[in-house]
Amino acid sequence: MGTKVATRDVRVRAHGTSAGTDMRVVQVQKSLMTHNDGVAAENRVRFARRLVLNIVSSPGSGKTALMERTVRELAADLAVGVVVGDLETDNDAVRLHGAGAPSVQIVTGAVCHLEAEMVARAVDGLDLDDLDVVVIENVGNLVCPAAWDLGEDLRVTMLSVTEGEDKPLKYPRIFKDADAVIINKIDIAEAVGFDRDRALESVRQVTPNAKVFELSARTGEGMAPWLEWLRERRAAKLG
Amino acid sequence: MHEFSLVMSMLDLAEKTARDDGATRIDAIHLEIGALAGVVPEALDFAFSGARLGTMAENARLEVDYLPAIAHCGRCDVTFELDNRYGVALCPTCGTPSADLRQGRELQLSHLEVA
Repeated sequence: MGTKVATRDVRVRAHGTSAGTDMRVVQVQKSLMTHNDGVAAENRVRFARRLVLNIVSSPGSGKTALMERTVRELAADLAVGVVVGDLETDNDAVRLHGAGAPSVQIVTGAVCHLEAEMVARAVDGLDLDDLDVVVIENVGNLVCPAAWDLGEDLRVTMLSVTEGEDKPLKYPRIFKDADAVIINKIDIAEAVGFDRDRALESVRQVTPNAKVFELSARTGEGMAPWLEWLRERRAAKLG
Repeated sequence: MHEFSLVMSMLDLAEKTARDDGATRIDAIHLEIGALAGVVPEALDFAFSGARLGTMAENARLEVDYLPAIAHCGRCDVTFELDNRYGVALCPTCGTPSADLRQGRELQLSHLEVA
C-alpha cells in the first residue's frame, strides 16, 4: 500500500506563515467512490428481487441489438426493462420500446459513463413491480464506466469481432470486473478475419472466471446459452 | 474524461473532511490510485486545475501515490505483482491466470494537509 504518513493528531506549527496557522495532516482513507457506492447500495435495495445487469462495451458493439433480441426472446417468461445511457438522443430507448421493453433513456450530455445517481433517477421512470430483469445499458466506452457501481448484480462486458482480439488486454479493468464476456457479431467473424482462439485466450488471461458467450444478436446464433444463464442467475437471486 | 467526475467526488470528500476538522483551507490532497484504476495522470491534473477554483483547495497540491497491481494465486498461495500493463495476472510459480486481484483498483483519498 501507499506511503504511511503521520497520524492525525500530529500538529505542525508553520514557520513563515501567519501566526497561529495550525497546519496539520488529516487522515481520510476513503474511496472517491464512497458517495456513488452508497447510492448504488440504495439502488440494490430498491431493485430487490429483480436481476440487474450492467452492460458495457465500445460504441457500436451491438449492446442495443443484443437487448432488443434478449427482450423479445425472454418475453414469454420474463419481463425486461431497460435503462439506457448515451451522450445524446433517445434513439436507443425508442428502439427498445419497439422491442416491447419499458425503457428509460439517460442523456448524459458530456458525461462518459453512468453513475449510481443517474440510474436512481432513471428508475423512477420504470414500474419495477412489472419487471423481472432490469438491464442498464451503459454509455459506449470501455474505460470510464469501470469504476462506477450502479447497483447491478452482474457486470457484462461485450466486444464484437470487428474490434480486435486483444481488446481485453487493451482495456483490462473493465474485463477484469466482468461476470460475463460476450463476443458479438460472430456471423461476420470469418469475413473480418477474426481469430477466435486468440480472442478467447485474451479473455481467459485477463478474466479467467468470467462466463463467455459467443453470439450474434443479429441472426440469433448462440443466444440460447446467454438466455439460459440469465434465467439461472435470476433463479439463483430469488433463492 | 471520467477523471473530472473523480475530481469532483474528491473535492466534495476533501472539503467535507476539512470543514469537519475545523480547517479553512486545504494545502495538499494525497491520493492513492491503483495501476488498474483507469486513471490517466495528465487528465487528473487537468481536471483538478479547473475544478479546484473557488473551493477550499484552490491553491492545493495534488499528490498521487500510484499503487502497483497485486494478485493472488489460490493454487500456490502466492501473492505477486503484475509485471505488465495488460491486467494479465499470471502466477509466477504455476503460470495460471488469476482472477483474484488484491490491489490495483484503488481510488482512495488518503490524507489531507489542511490549515
